[in-house]
Amino acid sequence: MSAPSDRSLARRLALAVPTLWMAALFLTPFALVAKVSLSTPALSQPPYAPVFALAEGAAAALDKFGELGVAAYRALLDDDLYLASYLGSLRLAAIATALTLLVAYPLALAIARAPRRRRAGLLMLAIAPFWTSFLIRVYAWIMLIKDEGLINHALMASGLVAEPLRIFATDAAVVIGVVYSYLPFMVMPLYAALEGQDAALREAAADLGAPPLRVFWRVTAPLSLPGVLAGSLLVFIPAVGEFVIPDLLGGSDTLMIGRTLWAEFFSNRDWPAAAAVAIVMLAMLAPMLVLYERLQMREAGR
Amino acid sequence: MTKSFKKGPASVEFRNVVKRYGSVVAVDDVSFSVEPGTLVTLLGPSGCGKTTTLRLVAGLEIASEGQILIGGVDVTRLSAADRDVSMVFQSYALFPHMNVLENVSYGPRVQGVARQKAEEMALEKLRLIGLQGMEKRAPSELSGGQQQRVAVARALVLEPEVLLFDEPLSNLDAKLRRRVREDIRELQQTLRLTVAYVTHDQEEALAVSDKIIVMSNARIAQVGTPRGLYDEPKDLFVADFIGDATIVDGQVLSVEGERARVKVDAVEVDLPSRGAKPGPIKLAIRPHGFRVHETAPAAAAIKARVAKAAYLGKHIEYTLETPAGELFAIDAAHAEAIAHGADAWVTLAPRGVALVPG
Ligand SMILES: Nc1ncnc2c1ncn2[C@@H]1O[C@H](COP(=O)(O)OP(=O)(O)O)[C@@H](O)[C@H]1O
Ligand SMILES: [Mg+2]
Repeated sequence: MSAPSDRSLARRLALAVPTLWMAALFLTPFALVAKVSLSTPALSQPPYAPVFALAEGAAAALDKFGELGVAAYRALLDDDLYLASYLGSLRLAAIATALTLLVAYPLALAIARAPRRRRAGLLMLAIAPFWTSFLIRVYAWIMLIKDEGLINHALMASGLVAEPLRIFATDAAVVIGVVYSYLPFMVMPLYAALEGQDAALREAAADLGAPPLRVFWRVTAPLSLPGVLAGSLLVFIPAVGEFVIPDLLGGSDTLMIGRTLWAEFFSNRDWPAAAAVAIVMLAMLAPMLVLYERLQMREAGR
Repeated sequence: MTKSFKKGPASVEFRNVVKRYGSVVAVDDVSFSVEPGTLVTLLGPSGCGKTTTLRLVAGLEIASEGQILIGGVDVTRLSAADRDVSMVFQSYALFPHMNVLENVSYGPRVQGVARQKAEEMALEKLRLIGLQGMEKRAPSELSGGQQQRVAVARALVLEPEVLLFDEPLSNLDAKLRRRVREDIRELQQTLRLTVAYVTHDQEEALAVSDKIIVMSNARIAQVGTPRGLYDEPKDLFVADFIGDATIVDGQVLSVEGERARVKVDAVEVDLPSRGAKPGPIKLAIRPHGFRVHETAPAAAAIKARVAKAAYLGKHIEYTLETPAGELFAIDAAHAEAIAHGADAWVTLAPRGVALVPG
C-alpha cells in the first residue's frame, strides 16, 4: 500500500515547484515593497530608512524594526492627490472596460458565428496586430489623434469640423488607448464563451417564436456572462494600474495612480510613498483577482 | 408572429423538396404527406437526410427548391419563429440559465402571454408529463429522462400544429428507451398530435409509427405502414434495413393474376406476384420465414449445414449454409437446437417471404 503515499509525495513535489517560484518571484519582491512602504524617506542611498544589513547582526535588525511605521500610509490619506488618482484610475478603467466590451462583443460574436474553418484565421487577424511592440502602437495613436494628425486632417478636409478636435492629451485619448491596447484580452474570453454555446439553444428559442434580438438578449447574452466578466476583469485590472498609456496619450490633468506612483518614485524620490501607493492599489485589486480566479476555476470545473 | 392556440393538429406536405449545402444535396426531391393526428417516422441510416428533413418542417432550414405546406398553408419561406411547429431537440437544448418552469413557459412568454398565465400553461404541461414539483430545478439537476420530458413539455406548451422529435431516445440508457417511446406514442394518441419522428432504429420505427418514410441517400426509398414495409419491401435496401432479411436468388416460374410460382433452390412457393415477370428474381426472407427441419421432410427442401446455433429461451437462432447462400433463421417451434455442424433441411413458411421487384 505504498502507492497512495507515493502519489501524495509526487503531488506535494508538483505543488512545491510553483509555490517556490511564486515565493521567489512574487512574495519576496512584495515583502520588500511592503517593507519600503513602512520606512521613512531619507537623503541617503537607498533613499529610505531604516536599512537592514546582515552584517550588523540580529540584535541591530530587531532594533530597527521599531523604526518602521505607517507614516507613508497616513500621508496618502492626508493628501487629496492620492484619492483623486485612485478614483481617476478606477473611473477611466471602468469607462475603458465598458467601451472595450462594446467593441469586442460584436467582433467576438462575428468570429464565433463564422464558418468553423474560418474561425481560427479570423481570430488571428483580430489578435495579430498586438504582437508588435506595445509602445510603438501607443505612439502610433499620437499620430492619429493629435491636432494635426490623420483623423483631424480627414475631418477638416471633409468639412465636418472647422477646428481640430482636441483628443490628444485628454482623458478621452487615454480611454481610446486602453480600449485599443486591451482589446484581445476581452475578445478571447468572449469568443470562448460564445463559441462554446450550443447552437440548438438559439434554435430552440427561435422555434418557440423568439425573434433574433430576443434570442440574443435572453439566450446568447446571458450565457456569455462568464466570458463578459472574465474579459472585463482582464481589462480592468491592468488598466487601473496603467502607466504608459496615460503618460503618452493623457494630458497634464489626467490623474491615474500609475502616473502618481511614477512621480513619487522618480521625481520626488519618495520611495516609501511610492511603495505605499503600490500596496494600496494591490489591496484594491486583490478582490477582483480572487474573483477572476474563482471564475476560471468554475469554468474549468464544467 | 401569429401563433394562435388550440388550432388542433395539422397536416404536413412536402412537394419535391430539395435542400442543398453547397454541392452537398442533403434532401433530394422529397415528397410525402403526414395526415393530421398521426405519427410518421423518418427512418434511415445515419447521414441519409432525416434531420435535415425534420429541420425543413420546423423552418430551421429553408428549402432550396420545392414547397412545404402545413395545414394546407404554404410555409416554405416562413422562419421557424413564424411556423406553428415545435421541435424536441436531440440534445434537448434546455436553457441552462433558466429553471424548469422558465424553460417551459418560455414559449408563451415570447408570444406575449402575461407571466402568470404563461406559468399556468407551463404547469399544466408539466403535470401532463409527470414533472410536477420540479418547477424550480435547474435542467442540470434532472436526470436525462426528466430533461427530455421538460423538452417535450416546452415543445407542447404552445399546442403546436406539428410536434417534431429528432432521435428522442438516443441520449437515454437502454432500459428507459422502450418506456419513453411508449410514452411518446401514448401522448401523441391521447392528444391527437401530428408528430414527425426521426430515428435510425427500425425496431423503434416499427413500434411507434402510423407511417414510416424510409430514406436512403437523401431520397425516399419507400413510404408505408410498418406492416406494409415489412411484408412488401420495395427494394433490397428497404428489405435489408427493416427487420433483418436474408436476400436470396430465385426464379419466377409462372405468374397467374396476383400470384407467382417461385422456385428457390429445390423449394417452390406461391407468393404475391407484386408485378414480377417470369425469370430470375430476388426474395427477401425474414428469419421466421424459414422452417428448419432436423430430418429430411416429405416435401422438397433446401439442404443446409448448421454453421451457428444459439438457444435464446423463446427461440433458437440459426445461421445456415446452403446452396442458396447463408441464411439467418429463427425457429420458435422446437425446444432443442440442432447441433452445430449437423445437416438440416429448410423449407419456406407461407409468411415472411416476399418478392423484391426491381
Ligand atoms: N449545415 C450543414 N452543412 C453542410 N452539410 C450538411 C449540413 N447539415 C447536414 N449536412 C449534410 O447533409 C447530409 C444529411 O444530414 P442529416 O440530415 O443530418 O442526416 P441524418 O439526420 O439522416 O443523419 C449529410 O451528408 C450531412 O453531412
Ligand atoms: Mg440526424
